[in-house]
Amino acid sequence: MCGIVGLFLKDPALEPQLGALIAPMLASMSDRGPDSAGFAIYGAARESETKLTVQSKTPDESFGALQRGIVEAGLEARIERRETHAVVYAPAAAQAALAALIAAAPELRVMASGEAIEIYKEVGSPRDVAQRFDLAGMAGTHAIGHTRMATESAVTILGAHPFSTGPDQCLVHNGSLSNHNDLRRALRREGLRFETENDTEVAAAYLTQRMAQGRGLADALQDGLADLDGFYTFVVGARRGFAVLRDRIACKPAILAETDRYVAFGSEYRALVDLPGIEAARVWEPEPATVYAWEH
Amino acid sequence: MAPRTTPRPSATFDDYTLSEIRRAAATGVYDIRGAGAKRKLPHFDDLLFLGASISRYPLEGYREACGTDVTLGARHALKPLRLKIPITIAGMSFGSLSANAKEALGRGATIVGTSTTTGDGGMTPEERTASEILVCQYLPSRYGMNPSDLRKADAIEIVVGQGAKPGGGGMLLGQKITGRVAAMRDLPVGVDQRSAARHPDWTGPDDLEIKILELREITDWEKPIFVKVGASRPYYDVALAVKAGADVVVVDGMQGGTAATQEVFIEHVGIPTLAAVRQAAQALDDLGMRGIVQLIISGGVRSGADVAKALALGADAVSIGTAALVALGDNDPVYSADYAALGTAPGAYDDWHEGRDPAGVTTQDPILAARLDPVAGGRRLANFLKVMTLEAQTIARACGKSHVRHLEPEDLCALTIEAAAMARVPLAGTNWIPGSGR
Amino acid sequence: MRTFDLSTTSLRDLNRALHAVEAGANDLDFEILNPRGAHAVAVGLDAPLRVVARGSVGYYCAGMNARATVIVHGSAGPGVAENIMSGEVIVKGDASQYAGATGRGGLLVIEGNASSRCGISMKGVDIVVRGRVGHMSAFMAQSGNLVICGDAGDALGDSIYEAKLFVRGAVKSLGADCIEKEMRPEHRATLAGLLARAGFDDVDPDEFRRFGSARKLYHFHIDNAETY
Repeated sequence: MCGIVGLFLKDPALEPQLGALIAPMLASMSDRGPDSAGFAIYGAARESETKLTVQSKTPDESFGALQRGIVEAGLEARIERRETHAVVYAPAAAQAALAALIAAAPELRVMASGEAIEIYKEVGSPRDVAQRFDLAGMAGTHAIGHTRMATESAVTILGAHPFSTGPDQCLVHNGSLSNHNDLRRALRREGLRFETENDTEVAAAYLTQRMAQGRGLADALQDGLADLDGFYTFVVGARRGFAVLRDRIACKPAILAETDRYVAFGSEYRALVDLPGIEAARVWEPEPATVYAWEH
Repeated sequence: MAPRTTPRPSATFDDYTLSEIRRAAATGVYDIRGAGAKRKLPHFDDLLFLGASISRYPLEGYREACGTDVTLGARHALKPLRLKIPITIAGMSFGSLSANAKEALGRGATIVGTSTTTGDGGMTPEERTASEILVCQYLPSRYGMNPSDLRKADAIEIVVGQGAKPGGGGMLLGQKITGRVAAMRDLPVGVDQRSAARHPDWTGPDDLEIKILELREITDWEKPIFVKVGASRPYYDVALAVKAGADVVVVDGMQGGTAATQEVFIEHVGIPTLAAVRQAAQALDDLGMRGIVQLIISGGVRSGADVAKALALGADAVSIGTAALVALGDNDPVYSADYAALGTAPGAYDDWHEGRDPAGVTTQDPILAARLDPVAGGRRLANFLKVMTLEAQTIARACGKSHVRHLEPEDLCALTIEAAAMARVPLAGTNWIPGSGR
Repeated sequence: MRTFDLSTTSLRDLNRALHAVEAGANDLDFEILNPRGAHAVAVGLDAPLRVVARGSVGYYCAGMNARATVIVHGSAGPGVAENIMSGEVIVKGDASQYAGATGRGGLLVIEGNASSRCGISMKGVDIVVRGRVGHMSAFMAQSGNLVICGDAGDALGDSIYEAKLFVRGAVKSLGADCIEKEMRPEHRATLAGLLARAGFDDVDPDEFRRFGSARKLYHFHIDNAETY
């Protein structure tokens, strides 16, 4: 039960302002989700370099230890810390050794991995979370944010959205799934790993699994209409863009706005009011059971 | 003659089950009825109070004061409700009940200084006049909803669900949709009334928060906002109602009555009242909202002992529905012959939706309704509420309390393992609380 | 005319002022600036006010309106004019889901499109939509008129009671118990009157079709169970 915002930039001139544009959108959804907030931001990617976003409750110690481990192992990787999170940049050759280092540090949690994606989330008010990570100062091509009012699973960083279960993929959700426990068990049997009891994580893993089987994002979402029961508005992030899907009943709110320069998503119109040229944008509500997708 | 096998009825296919199969096969309609769950459930009867003796000291009965007042809705409302007793009358509609019955409820509650509640179908002038303190329900159907009644009300109760059918809408067959009822609900006379399961203009706690804001703005932040849920996942539902901004949360267990719904819903969906209280109270504790947001428990409350037990387990007040109707005369053996003519018996009559209630309570038939004198009925209800209050005070004094709200779980023990686990109190004579790890 | 700028004034101050207008007051005109999607704007009005919001509003704008005229120069969020009793609410842009939900009287005009569940459980309100409406519009509609100058989405009029639906464009699908009905002269007159009240002079009533209840769900029958 939550608020969602998303921004996909068509005009590269806006890319330096991506964070500055979406930060107020996220803050405007505080009432819908006061418990925690998070965002995925897709930044500039370098070929053959992967980014890992890691999080720790004890960042000083954990990130220091990770840095030492990288140096000791002679890995070609660098760490950029941002509060309780850090992004580790590494070329493909260093991936396996880096993954082993992180796996050996139980206090480190991988929030996202991929060429472009970074994910940041924290417990607390969305405005504070955005400020803490200096979202407004970030650049990128597209971003998705989420504010959470916890329903059944715990108010923790791990329970916050976005959920990422595959490279450069993430999912945020407003609503409540009604068959996620059985689905989680089925996906576990097929080898997927889960960190929470959260329904959204199941949806994210479901899409990851479908895409691993070769389905495209839009097709995977179509499959979800048959397999994911309950109420949802999903916004799904991928390397080159994002997609939106509402369930067949479609009573959780969702608004899309499109101009020549961007596509914006909000749970409420309030989230969109500060965007440049919003008065002239094409604004509409996504139809039920219909996939909307934008790609660069 | 050789010994023969004694005819052995099946415990699974018992007489009631067999008759239901035959009835369904003959009619092609599921059974619709009123009232709440009738099966045997763990209940307040399975708990006992630990009266004071040497380790604790009792208060003197009748001499030393034991308060019963409760304030509801001071969290955000400018005009909270101040009730003299912690027992309120639950929402029951004009339509399901006769106008005389609604008036009698109002009269009885007013005599003892507590509130009544409207129901699906809107507020009648008789009800507003008879009830000094009136809670206006805001239901998915919105039958008869209008802002002037909200302003006339003393509190607003947003009904998300009820214990008899959490997650369900309902269908009231056409017999009771008379001209006046139809006009209040903007329906054609005599059609089946289909009630929605969700509110028409919001879903989930994030939208509920905005709905509560709207209702507060319409009524200038004067009225306490209650949120009523049927007990199924009370921990989460209470927490979310509080997060959405409720002043008071009402949790209705599966013994709670309904005017009409499917029998399968009444007996198979939801959890017993006893199982809901501690979970609901725990949600308030975990949010630091005890004493700020009030908890009202309903569903099968019949006596002062039930009231005292609900309060001890964490409720701030209780609501009664079925018990209040019985006090008015519902299911009274004085009408035995009439019940027999309907194929039922006093104590078992639950076809409230058919509108042929011999006691004149759950009917729109003017001749039957005239059997209930609202003044005398109100007096009986007031007597009953007074007795319940005195009983609760008697228990509270015996436990050394100068106010019924000071009752606590440690004043209780349980007779059965089930009740001990649900109420989270020790099995009598032991220190064992099943499921607590103790 | 009094002006309230919601970027500097609280919602509470606005609604309090709108509720405080005394009977017989002369200044009945209000203007709201910078609503910026705020919820519960101008709700619970009960006086012959004229309130103009300059910008888009959030949930439940003009909720439970009585007697007042509320004009939104922008779009409206979910539940605009929900449970409207009387008066007029005019949305110059689009309306989100649940527009006019459970409305009992008065007129709601949407000059753009309306989203899903427009007129859900309507109980006497008249709703005129210039553009299209989304799925499940007029669900369980009890009485009143819903005029749709554009297309209607899926399951129009599902479980409808006695409300009347007029559609000029295409209907994607009809809901359970909703059927096309004959447009008789009295219906055409009602429709023409509503179009005139909405100010849609360029729309020809003869281009509409009428839909209403087949009344097959009015009394429960097991063989209809799949349509409940």
